[in-house]
Amino acid sequence: MRACFGRRYMISASHRLHTDALSAQQNQATYGKCNNPHGHGHNYVVEVLVGGCVDPETGMVINMVELDNVVRSRVIERFDHANLNLDPLFVNRVPTTENLCRAVFALLKDALPAGELERVRVEETENNFFECEGD
Amino acid sequence: MIYLTRRATFSASHYYWNPAWSAEKNEQVFGRCANRNGHGHNYTLEVTVAGEPDPVTGFVVDLKWLKDIIEREVLSAWDHRHLNLETPEFATAMPTTENIAIAAWKRLEPAVTAASGARLSRVRVYETPEIFAEYRGES
Repeated sequence: MRACFGRRYMISASHRLHTDALSAQQNQATYGKCNNPHGHGHNYVVEVLVGGCVDPETGMVINMVELDNVVRSRVIERFDHANLNLDPLFVNRVPTTENLCRAVFALLKDALPAGELERVRVEETENNFFECEGD
Repeated sequence: MIYLTRRATFSASHYYWNPAWSAEKNEQVFGRCANRNGHGHNYTLEVTVAGEPDPVTGFVVDLKWLKDIIEREVLSAWDHRHLNLETPEFATAMPTTENIAIAAWKRLEPAVTAASGARLSRVRVYETPEIFAEYRGES
């Protein structure tokens, strides 16, 4: 029987929304406070949803400890307490939460020990979040 | 189509143990959850029903009706119980969050279908605020 297992993780990171494709004035108009030259930070919540058949022996779609290990090594250690703008993934890409969400999906997609990655949700604050289903 | 969700909470204890396995393997796979003395959680159950709002009432379903179904079909059986020892579905199946979501669906689906124009769309169970499973009726 197919079900989904979900797990929430926290990442604290800084970023600055800015693109060299726009003028200083356009950056300010587009990104507002998020364009502050010195950056700012968030406690991001990363929610990972894994779908698959429930293993009759374990009752699990995926073993949470194994999922935690993958998310920790591929996502949390990479982004937690880091400046997202300095990550190679964001050298030519603005570290909006949309792009962070896509990056997390890509980092996890082929690394899961069981099941398939159904959805990644990244909450930037309590009031805004972004979801990616890989398309 | 509107999706309406009602949330409810229940508190229960459980442990993970596959009797076909050795004690060592159970402890290796399930870790602290294999402690045979059990442990417990405050579970949160989210029940999502899909349908069109009734043209007269504006309701997909009456929330009080849905609340009563959740209480009757699920909470009365599971709240303040030991899932392994006191509930029929987990006498043999492992009471993981995945299986709890599936079992809650099986308890709710006939009652939701029989009494309303809406259909059960999703059941999500939070074991802690950081751990959840969901089931959408797929085989």
